[in-house]
Amino acid sequence: MIDKQVKNVTEAVSGIKDGSTLLFAGFGAVGEPVELIQALLDSGARDLTVVCNNSGTGEVGLAKLIKERRVTKLVCSFPRTSDSHCFEEAFAEGAIELELVPQGTMSERMRAAGAGIAGFYTKTSAGTKLAAGKETREFDGKTYVLEKPLKGDVALIKALKADRWGNLVYRKSARNFNPVMAMAADLTIAQVKEIVPLGALDPEIIVTPSIFVDRIVEVGQ
Amino acid sequence: MNQLSRRQIAWRAAQDIRDGAYVNLGIGLPTLVSDFIPKDREVVLHSENGILGMGPAPKKGEEDPDLINAGKGLTTLIPGGAFFHHNDAFLMIRGGHIDIALLGAYEVSEKGDLANWTVEDPSTPPGVGGAMDLAAGAKEIRILLEHNTKEGAPRIRKQCQYPLTAPGVVKRIYTNLAVIDVTPDGLVAREIVQGLDFAGLQDKTEARLMLANDWRMLEAPAV
Repeated sequence: MIDKQVKNVTEAVSGIKDGSTLLFAGFGAVGEPVELIQALLDSGARDLTVVCNNSGTGEVGLAKLIKERRVTKLVCSFPRTSDSHCFEEAFAEGAIELELVPQGTMSERMRAAGAGIAGFYTKTSAGTKLAAGKETREFDGKTYVLEKPLKGDVALIKALKADRWGNLVYRKSARNFNPVMAMAADLTIAQVKEIVPLGALDPEIIVTPSIFVDRIVEVGQ
Repeated sequence: MNQLSRRQIAWRAAQDIRDGAYVNLGIGLPTLVSDFIPKDREVVLHSENGILGMGPAPKKGEEDPDLINAGKGLTTLIPGGAFFHHNDAFLMIRGGHIDIALLGAYEVSEKGDLANWTVEDPSTPPGVGGAMDLAAGAKEIRILLEHNTKEGAPRIRKQCQYPLTAPGVVKRIYTNLAVIDVTPDGLVAREIVQGLDFAGLQDKTEARLMLANDWRMLEAPAV
């Protein structure tokens, strides 16, 4: 029998090693798996590389992890948002390395990791500082930049509903990076509002099929 | 000189969006454009965080915390709208499916180079977001910006002083003073506000301008 449910968030994040590369879903606070990140913080894991579109807000979730100096490197498209002071302070002190990646390139690099693609050429960033040092190639008279996959040891994601196999559905724009991160890590952990019986999710609307998900935990609202 | 307000710049840009267009509006000044799309045109707004058919800001009491725009402000979905994940959102951008991206800028060059992602201030970390994807991938890039900085420096330049977002992508520029097209021959002023002549516009512009034979007055209603 397949049952990926775990009892609580502590069990959900167990076994995450120091030095891991973690994918955190969300666009700003929407779709961010805050409860899982808080459990990771409580677990004591450190020297982490985090891939996330933003750098956290206020002093919860990723922002708190950065404030406590547990993140050594952030791979990110837009670290400065409203109330991103935890990151900005760490950055100003030189306490965190930043790899700035165009948003679509970041997403596609994770898709490549999940899809078994060794690299891809994109027009994005051609002729800019963010392409410095990267291989380029001309196709039909246009310059493209070679980008490599971005793989996580662990992905922490958030969905609306799951079944015990780990099929997932999302809510509105909270879907964002969750599906692509689910496919790009060795271990994908999903927090959901509600776990429903197997067969209760309409197979026509499942967004993340269970094959991409390893652990699920119900966190309620 | 009847220079345009920021809302009037947005109004002017909105008049050029054709019926049926799929459009991405950048953060800041371009966001205002959605208020002025002519009512007889059906335009589908795309948001990089996975929305087609974005509507206006929600009415009081109808806010949904799971429904936000690229600037992370609350938004709505219109009938016919759809949600999708980030990879599809950027596939639409990079794959040339977005008809028009209306973006803000620090500077634009006479070759249509765009600089809108960093001013290289060492005291703050840089951010790029979806700017480079949009600049490289949308079918047509149109820029809305104030013609000059607060200090009066030109923002339409021979060469951009700030790092590029993408080279040679801008097709049209809307400012508080003029509408300017980027052509293979150089920059062509199509419309100029009342009370400013072509020489006056050139004085406020570093790049060399040409005046279109059929140029006209740039006017906008009080909005």
